[in-house]
Amino acid sequence: MESLMAYVVGILFAAAIYMMLRRSIVKLVIGLILLSNAANLLIFVVSGMTRGAPPLLPKGADAPLGAVADPLPQALILTAIVIAFGVLAFAVVLIRRAYEVVGTDDLDQMKDTDT
Amino acid sequence: MNLELALPILIPLTAGAVSIALWRSVRYQRIVSVLATALLLAASVWLLRSTIDQGFLVMEMGSWPAPFSIVFVSDLLSAIMIVLTGIIGFAIAIYSLASTPKGHEKFGYYPLMHLLLAGVAGSFLTGDIFNLFVWFEVMLLASFALLTLGGERAQMEGAIKYVTLNLFSSAIFLSAVGLLYGTVGTLNMADIAQKVATIEDPGMVTVISMMFMVSFGIKAAAFPLFFWLPASYHTPQVAVSALFAGLLTKVGVYALYRVFTLIFIQNVDYTHTILLWAAALTMLTGVLGAAAQFEFRRILSFHIVSQIGYMLLGLALFTPLAIIGGVFYIIHHILVKTNLFLISGITYRLLGSYDLKDLGGIYKERPLLALLFLIPALSLAGIPPLSGFFAKFVVIRAGLEAQAYVVTGIALLVGLLTLYSMIKIWAEVFWKKAPEHVTDVRRLRGEVKDKHNWAYFVPVIGLAACTVSIGLNGQPIYELADMAAHQLLNPQLYIEAVLGAQQ
Repeated sequence: MESLMAYVVGILFAAAIYMMLRRSIVKLVIGLILLSNAANLLIFVVSGMTRGAPPLLPKGADAPLGAVADPLPQALILTAIVIAFGVLAFAVVLIRRAYEVVGTDDLDQMKDTDT
Repeated sequence: MNLELALPILIPLTAGAVSIALWRSVRYQRIVSVLATALLLAASVWLLRSTIDQGFLVMEMGSWPAPFSIVFVSDLLSAIMIVLTGIIGFAIAIYSLASTPKGHEKFGYYPLMHLLLAGVAGSFLTGDIFNLFVWFEVMLLASFALLTLGGERAQMEGAIKYVTLNLFSSAIFLSAVGLLYGTVGTLNMADIAQKVATIEDPGMVTVISMMFMVSFGIKAAAFPLFFWLPASYHTPQVAVSALFAGLLTKVGVYALYRVFTLIFIQNVDYTHTILLWAAALTMLTGVLGAAAQFEFRRILSFHIVSQIGYMLLGLALFTPLAIIGGVFYIIHHILVKTNLFLISGITYRLLGSYDLKDLGGIYKERPLLALLFLIPALSLAGIPPLSGFFAKFVVIRAGLEAQAYVVTGIALLVGLLTLYSMIKIWAEVFWKKAPEHVTDVRRLRGEVKDKHNWAYFVPVIGLAACTVSIGLNGQPIYELADMAAHQLLNPQLYIEAVLGAQQ
């Protein structure tokens, strides 16, 4: 399962970079969305996947009895998802506004500030 | 409970919330903004004093013991950075009274500024690697909004580049944090530092360290990852440019200093050699980029890049003297660079342009302003007796002692080219006659006065005074940098301060 997920993470990163390298700003944002998902999935995979063992203590016990899933990566991913949501919402508004002002969605045309 | 450790974050956060509550009244927002940044400055000085007394301040969130809770740690480097944040925040708050367009103030300029300061202060103080990511994002989101406030074409184009590259860097940072957690099983920086040393597979740690270097390198605008900076920093209104120029890239530099003195020190030959050459090329490309520019703020933006190289050089050489030089350089650079941007805003106000071709004749009408420009400009180029001379002197001497002659030679050459750029600005903006096509010179002659004219000059004079006093009396700053470098080069002290606090 973990090696399968590792491939999925790799494919997501590759797809994200591919989308970001295209000329349309809409595809750029799609690339950013994929990128943040890839990073989240990566955290999930590298910190070890434990199936069907919630990190709950039985009543009266001080420590879990067997191996349990690590809850921390899930907290990290949840935080990262919320942050990515906010930032990407901003990015979507930004490209809409940029399209209105510049009049094109072609990144190659947006080079006024480069020269 | 160390109150002074929480205040630099709490004050701007509260000020941001209060400013949002006062959304309709720009007047009260202005008062809150000046008061809050003044308080922030006072709190930061308090923090620095306690840090000097006690060495390290540690605060554990929710009173959970250290590796399990999120900790805030202040060592001397953090405390120095917080004081600089306070100084720059206060200067920008005053300057904004005069320079901020009405429309920007109505659409949340002040709350965003406070949130940005909170994000910067949080990044400097946190002792938890994931928490650092969160503060980075707080800072970035506020900076995105500040950068696009106004919504002009150049701002949009600059913002797309800025937003994309910063989000990309955050994704790399997040992936690296995930990989690090998978390897060592902790997020507390002190705990990571302890456990990384015992890892059996050093190759994996080096790979992770490279991911951190790329991610923070993008944020610090190091070669070859700096292209977002000159494409965006000249687009927003000038107070925002100055705030970004002073603080944002330095957060990236600080993060590099933190992780490459505390965590990733088991393969110094490899990692710090890469940093060394990145530093050399950053200096060189930045200064050459500036030489080709003819727009006031773009020249300054490229110089930010080149100056970042000196700070990285201090870290990369990794000797006590080099780290002292690096810390000294950061202190000097933040004050000087912000000041230069603020002055570019004043000349824009006088003649209505940032283009060197449309500027001129300021020395004749405003000799004092010309003098105020010369102080930070010559300091940036490293002319004695100003702060830049001592900063450069320490870094270059460290380079010679470490026998890195090529890189030191580049650093000297870059100093010369910086002087060339500053002389170019001096000749074009201040010395030559006002170009004939510039007809609106009433402001320049002082025939039209602005309402809050004093607010343009108070921060500029204040920052110039800091530069001169560091130059004339550099010993206390040098000793401060010396103590900070001592802490940075003995990570055991940091680890004991954080993890030992639980017993």
